Amino acid sequence: MWKSITGRITLIAVLTAVSIIILVPSLTDQVPKGWKDRVPKINLGLDLQGGVFLRLAVEIDKAIENTSMRYADDARAVCREKALPVLSFQKAGDGGFSFRFPPGDFASRAQAALKEEFPSLDVSLGEVKADGATVIARMKPAEIQAIRTNAVVQGVETIRNRIDQFGVVEPQIVAEGEDRIVVQLPGVKDQQRAIELVGKTALLEFKLVDEGASVEEALKGNVPEDAQVLYQKSVDPQSGRATKTPMVVKKRALLTGDTIKTAKVNFGNQAGGAHVSLSFDTRGAKVFDRVTAENVKRRLAIVLDDTIYSAPVIQERISGGEAQITGSFTAEEASDLAIVLRAGSLPAPVKVIQNVSIGPSLGLDSIKKGVRAALIGAILVVLFMGFYYKFAGLVADFALVFNILFLLSGMAAVSATLTLPGIAGIILAIGMAVDSNVLIFERIREEIRAKKSVRAAIDAGYDKAFWTVVDSHVTTLITAVILFQFGTGPIKGFAVTLSMGVAINLFTALVCTKVVFDYLNAKKPMQALSI
Amino acid sequence: MIELVKNTKIDFMGLRKYAFAFSAILVILGFVGTVQIYRGKANLGIDLAGGTSIQLKFQKPFSMDEIRSLLAKAGHGEASLQEVSGENILMLKMRALGGKEEKMVAEPMMNLLRQSLPGNPFVVESVSEIGPAIGHKLRRDAELAMLVSALAIICYLAWRFEFKFGVAAAVATFHDIFALVGIFWILGIEKDLLFITALLTIGGYSLTDTVVVFDRIRENIRLRKKGSFSETINLSVNEVLSRTIVTSTTVFIATVTLLAFGGIVLRNFALALSIGIVIGTYSSIFVASPIVAVWRGEKMTEVKR
Repeated sequence: MWKSITGRITLIAVLTAVSIIILVPSLTDQVPKGWKDRVPKINLGLDLQGGVFLRLAVEIDKAIENTSMRYADDARAVCREKALPVLSFQKAGDGGFSFRFPPGDFASRAQAALKEEFPSLDVSLGEVKADGATVIARMKPAEIQAIRTNAVVQGVETIRNRIDQFGVVEPQIVAEGEDRIVVQLPGVKDQQRAIELVGKTALLEFKLVDEGASVEEALKGNVPEDAQVLYQKSVDPQSGRATKTPMVVKKRALLTGDTIKTAKVNFGNQAGGAHVSLSFDTRGAKVFDRVTAENVKRRLAIVLDDTIYSAPVIQERISGGEAQITGSFTAEEASDLAIVLRAGSLPAPVKVIQNVSIGPSLGLDSIKKGVRAALIGAILVVLFMGFYYKFAGLVADFALVFNILFLLSGMAAVSATLTLPGIAGIILAIGMAVDSNVLIFERIREEIRAKKSVRAAIDAGYDKAFWTVVDSHVTTLITAVILFQFGTGPIKGFAVTLSMGVAINLFTALVCTKVVFDYLNAKKPMQALSI
Repeated sequence: MIELVKNTKIDFMGLRKYAFAFSAILVILGFVGTVQIYRGKANLGIDLAGGTSIQLKFQKPFSMDEIRSLLAKAGHGEASLQEVSGENILMLKMRALGGKEEKMVAEPMMNLLRQSLPGNPFVVESVSEIGPAIGHKLRRDAELAMLVSALAIICYLAWRFEFKFGVAAAVATFHDIFALVGIFWILGIEKDLLFITALLTIGGYSLTDTVVVFDRIRENIRLRKKGSFSETINLSVNEVLSRTIVTSTTVFIATVTLLAFGGIVLRNFALALSIGIVIGTYSSIFVASPIVAVWRGEKMTEVKR
């Protein structure tokens, strides 16, 4: 008997010690660093500390279309080199395009040339008519599949890089399904800024301004075939009023942001405000050198996500691979711009389809109220048990304390996230935890009424209640686990605390309370039990 | 010994006609409420229906009429406004307008207010924008969770007791869920993701209650062998009645505390839990066991252990 009792007491003591070691760093910052860093922690959910939750839809179709349009540009350049006159151009379904050529062998020559030049395209001859023939080029399915998978994986990577540089503690950025990305940024205060940083495609392009085209004509719809209208946004620092200036630029990008090596913010140049300095990698530097040499005295538009940031006149050939983006930036905007340029562009545009932002003040208010409600609830339940079951009730309360301790440290051990519904789950778990003791105590009372000795009544009470306790806990556990599996958001947080609470409760109800009674009975059998 | 109930001999089975009638009303109510939810006529929270909800805390008191007309002018006339009196808090809700277009409107709306009311700055306490497709997905997930848990529970109880007990427990559980939906529908309270959490919790709680009664029935069948099944149910329910009441009381204490002190975010959730505990307790006594009695007949065949 003694052996079994000391065994159980040792087990409880060890568990308690381990729980305290795990739990303390979650509760207070006043612990040695070595301890703090080695132990997992309970995370606070966004609803408890404020922050941003974003669900993004990756527009993969756009990525596919963009790639195919890039192929089309390159293909046109190849045709031009080989003196094959392209009459017109059309998109052709998913990731494809077609060129029309005048009569003659132009089309078949183009087909052969494109086939050789672009192994990742399927190039075929279209209809041959009296006035000409078409060539249709499509990305091969493997290429499209690669873009598809890449878009999400690389999107997650890019966003993670940006967030890391933005400086958020414990961000969570994960892919969800085939085309979703979920971003959680706990504790972020400037929420709109964070959302913009995450959502920026950051496709940086250098495009020549089309000096020959008239802006007025272009706005009426007469845009030259190889050009487009983009807007330069500028904000007046005094009035805060934003103005948009239209500009006609060539469609073809001379250089894109993927050749950027570094980007950093500088202050106080000729323009006075903040600006972003770029340096290119070797390839980018070479292209930039050639582009600037060929286009001296022309204007080069610096375009980010189809918005012109600046369009300076190229004064002289720029070798050395350095460039600057000036514009009417605030220091924050310039630093965000530098971040997105450094972290690279998203392979496909993303759209925010779910945005939940909680301000820090509401978070603080919620946690205060939630914790207070949990404490009051627990105290009332403890008082009720002590009042209703007297000494036995106190034993149950003692088990309840262990229950809460184990539950919290269990949550810390798996780095679970505590949410407001999670607190509700704890309250409910407390409510249900006493149920096992109620079941046992009612059985003991029945046995005492049947005139059994105290010791026999206690043993019989635990025995008879055992399977009921197990059954009721397992059924609750089943629902909680399924909730965890299928639930999202608050449901998941609730399921975590409830399922852990139920599992731990099985142990505390059946072991922690029994050992107290066994201990009291071990020396000499109890004559009476206050229950 | 303090005892809330002592040696009761209530004829629960005799009351079952009234109980069934009462339950029928609850379930019909819940059924109508469910249909209304699917028709989009019930007050669904934006996390289930999709839409935008914004909570702003202004520095000074504001005029609801002024804000309403400002929004209407900007084309957001369908937004519903609510203020928390005394705290200068404005809650703004906009349901997603049909279709799949997932448009984010929170930022332009807040900019509008920021610019139109320069003398009364506000802090953004929370913004949540949910596209309709996501709303549907969250709802589908929740429904799936309910169905799978029902099946899992029937399986577990069929294994531990017998199939009829499992089904009866599942019926009682769904009875509670329907009843809560019905009551919330009648009261016109918003039904959001937390409400679904509450439904599932109550399902779990009611099940625990039912299992305890079933356990005692099984035990008594083995011990008694004589008499009718209905008598055994009455005896069993009476025997566990004090446990039922004590447990319901403690859980009720916890949920009512949450209702009183949990703050506005948890109010509806705690209300659903509190009502649900009453219904769950009722159903394990008056719904689950009588179903088994009606289905199984009065013969005292043993239940496997």
